[in-house]
Amino acid sequence: MEYRWGFVTDVDAEIAPKGLTEDTVRFISAKKNEPDWLLEWRLKAFHHWQKLQAEEAEPTWAKVDYPAIDYQEMIYYSAPKSPDDAPKSLDEVDPELLEAFDKLGVPLHEREKLAGVAVDAVFDSVSVATTFADQLEELGIVFCSFNEAVQNHPELVKKYLGSVVPYTDNFFATLNSAVFSDGSFAYVPPGVKCPIELMTYFRINTEGSGQFERTLIIADEDAFVSYLEGCTAPIRRTSQLHAAVVELIAHDNAEIKYSTVQNWFPGTKEGEGGVYNFVTKRGRADHHAKISWTQVETGSAITWKYPSVILRGDNSVGEFYSVALANNHQQADTGTKMIHLGRNTKSTIVSKGISAGQGQNTYRGQVKIMPGAENATNHTQCDSLLIGDRCGAHTVPYIEVQNPTARLEHEASTSKVSDDQLFYLMQRGISEEEAHHMIITGWSRDVIRELPFEFAMEASQLLKVSLEGAVG
Amino acid sequence: MTTTASQGTIQNYAADFAARADGQPWLDALRREAWAEFERLGFPTARRGNELWKYTDLRRLDAEAFSLNGVSSGGAALDLASVAPWHDDWHTAVVIDGALDLSRTKSSDSAGVTVSDLDDAEGELQSVFSSVARIEGSPFVALNTALFRSGVVVDIAADAEVEQPVHILHVITEAEENRAFYPRALVRSGSGSKATVIESFVNLSTGSQLVVPVFEAPLSENAELTHFRVQLENEKTVHIGTTRSEQPAGAVFNSTTFSTGPAIGRNDVHTNLAAEGAETTLHGLYITNGKAHQDNEISTTHQKPHGTSHQFYKGILAGNSRAVFSGKVIVQPGAMKTLAQQKDLNLLLSHGAEIDTKPSLEIYADDVQCAHGATAGHVDPNMLFYLMSRGVGREEAAKMLVTGFASEIVDEFEPEQLRDFLYAKLDEIIPALDSEGIL
Repeated sequence: MEYRWGFVTDVDAEIAPKGLTEDTVRFISAKKNEPDWLLEWRLKAFHHWQKLQAEEAEPTWAKVDYPAIDYQEMIYYSAPKSPDDAPKSLDEVDPELLEAFDKLGVPLHEREKLAGVAVDAVFDSVSVATTFADQLEELGIVFCSFNEAVQNHPELVKKYLGSVVPYTDNFFATLNSAVFSDGSFAYVPPGVKCPIELMTYFRINTEGSGQFERTLIIADEDAFVSYLEGCTAPIRRTSQLHAAVVELIAHDNAEIKYSTVQNWFPGTKEGEGGVYNFVTKRGRADHHAKISWTQVETGSAITWKYPSVILRGDNSVGEFYSVALANNHQQADTGTKMIHLGRNTKSTIVSKGISAGQGQNTYRGQVKIMPGAENATNHTQCDSLLIGDRCGAHTVPYIEVQNPTARLEHEASTSKVSDDQLFYLMQRGISEEEAHHMIITGWSRDVIRELPFEFAMEASQLLKVSLEGAVG
Repeated sequence: MTTTASQGTIQNYAADFAARADGQPWLDALRREAWAEFERLGFPTARRGNELWKYTDLRRLDAEAFSLNGVSSGGAALDLASVAPWHDDWHTAVVIDGALDLSRTKSSDSAGVTVSDLDDAEGELQSVFSSVARIEGSPFVALNTALFRSGVVVDIAADAEVEQPVHILHVITEAEENRAFYPRALVRSGSGSKATVIESFVNLSTGSQLVVPVFEAPLSENAELTHFRVQLENEKTVHIGTTRSEQPAGAVFNSTTFSTGPAIGRNDVHTNLAAEGAETTLHGLYITNGKAHQDNEISTTHQKPHGTSHQFYKGILAGNSRAVFSGKVIVQPGAMKTLAQQKDLNLLLSHGAEIDTKPSLEIYADDVQCAHGATAGHVDPNMLFYLMSRGVGREEAAKMLVTGFASEIVDEFEPEQLRDFLYAKLDEIIPALDSEGIL
């Protein structure tokens, strides 16, 4: 089946001129009506990015291959045109946009109250609508677009922005810091367990545009939040760049659970177009805090993404569960970093990579035990499955241990789908394709079961759809 | 990928290159080519993007000059049996300070082994020499090829099953100067032959040395070669060793290494399983103490179907030392039914020690079974308790556990005399490890 989410929504959009200069950064900042400190921060990032570009510091170490990106040929800001006043409620949202989200299955309407999901939908660069804001507000939870947070909670944004991923972090994070257009913001105050799952849906619509969203999630002491993120893009022949930054801050005893189902347009079967997904995601875990990343990555032409946890506090916990699929001409270089600083810190990594067609799938991960991290433990398991003889599966773990009390275990395996298992299912009348799907779903179970229920269903379906045609 | 070192650094070696003696024309031409490649590459740096040298800092080579000057062929009075693994029945090539000592070299044509100096070796060499240990892109192979003094050539006759091992012993004698050594060995295994080659490096000097050995083993079909590499250096030395093998159909190459001692050590082992049914086992033990640094860069490439490979390394780290395991298994498209295992296990005995391990797989074929694993940890307190509860003293118990950890690799060394020598070394090395009082 072709990419099901590949519709183009014909909405008037307000677009910044092509190219990236200081003026582009000022234009974006002005459009957002941002305070001076934020503009200055963006400009610092922009100048640093210019320096990085002059030094040709765009990372080349990942096992992905793509033509050089011309950063001056891209559109850095594209907002669906709407009245000057941002929509106050769903009624004021452009009906075509709502229809687009309907096609996406984004639960924006009343009925979705039953699903218990609060959605912030980011369409190209602008946050369209946030549901459930009032109910959350009663608990003191802030869940809104990044721009609204800048306007209404500048002290929080100023305190945390760039505290985990500084603007100097890496080429793409620096670019994002200069030109990010919107994103999501969540703050859960001390002692509050967020009763519903917070959710953001991202969608790129404009051709030749880049999407640079910025997400900042803070769980204050003893707080809990579960956050979901879904992504799609329409079919475009030219490639689109997505360079997002996500920062998580889990204060003492807090827990953040972050789940992603990434289904950006993977390009055509011939390898044309698709999204370049170059994302920096990192969390900071304080004492007794826990950060858990779960991702199902089926989309994008290229994925370059390493959700990480800095285990700064004693007894903090970091988890990473991932299923990454590369079919046709997709390339994925993804994994995690677990940086152990505190005592008794613990991290778990479960990574499942599926390669099919001519897809190339790389697990790249780092586990670093710093000298002060007494009694740190890590367990890593990364398995790869190959379907067909033209794809590739690669595993590149970096394990760096500077403390003798640490216990680390890393294990990995690579194989194809077992002929015995296939035979067993097929002789019971199950088709080859269905048998493959059953085996792959079972094999990915350790990751999928970490997802919230509705997402788990979607993820399983996505794996099935994405692998269609790969078997037989 | 390497970046060019300062011309000043390269000039340190240029005088040695200019002063080299003329040899056979093909070799002179090869040396010039090798020198040009070294000049082009310089010493590798750990700069961004240089994955192969990510964890090993060679800036010391920029600051210090090492020369062939001052290298003599002394050591005639040395009692080798007291400093190195030794047995009178072994076929032996003794290389003292880089020069092959023919008076102490012996082999037996009737047993199917010929040991000779490169200059006297029979048969076609030009097309073989440096064809497996290639100079392109490899600064240390290039430097060795440009500057080595004696090349040791070992020929194993076709279908010979050689009972006694061939021992290539490299000895560095005492001297104060910073000296450079480029030990070079070529082992040609005839088809269907079976032999063992021991390569040991014994450093009796107290000075600072640069040792850059190259060992290459082009195998013939169905040949089996077992290579034991024993690296015993002093704590001031930089030892950058290269081992390369090329395996045609059915050939088996086993290499087991024992590495300890140098300030900076590098054990670079690459095998290429070029045809169907080839098999390779690359095992090793590294023990680091004080400020030592030992890097193991182990790579296996499966080109064709039905290949089998094992990489298994173990490390014992103490003091403020650091060790690196950078293992790679590449399975090329079409290399179906490949079986590959890769494992690196480490024992960390002190807070100052650091292990950086990177067992990586690069797989382009689907009908394969590949697995890898890595661990790092301390002496298991439960095991310690078990032994102590049976009346074994704490230090003795810890020593037993560390020795036991090492023995999984040391037990593979053959023959018995070599194994006994290494166990005796372990008895010296293990109690001296700076392990925060555990040992």
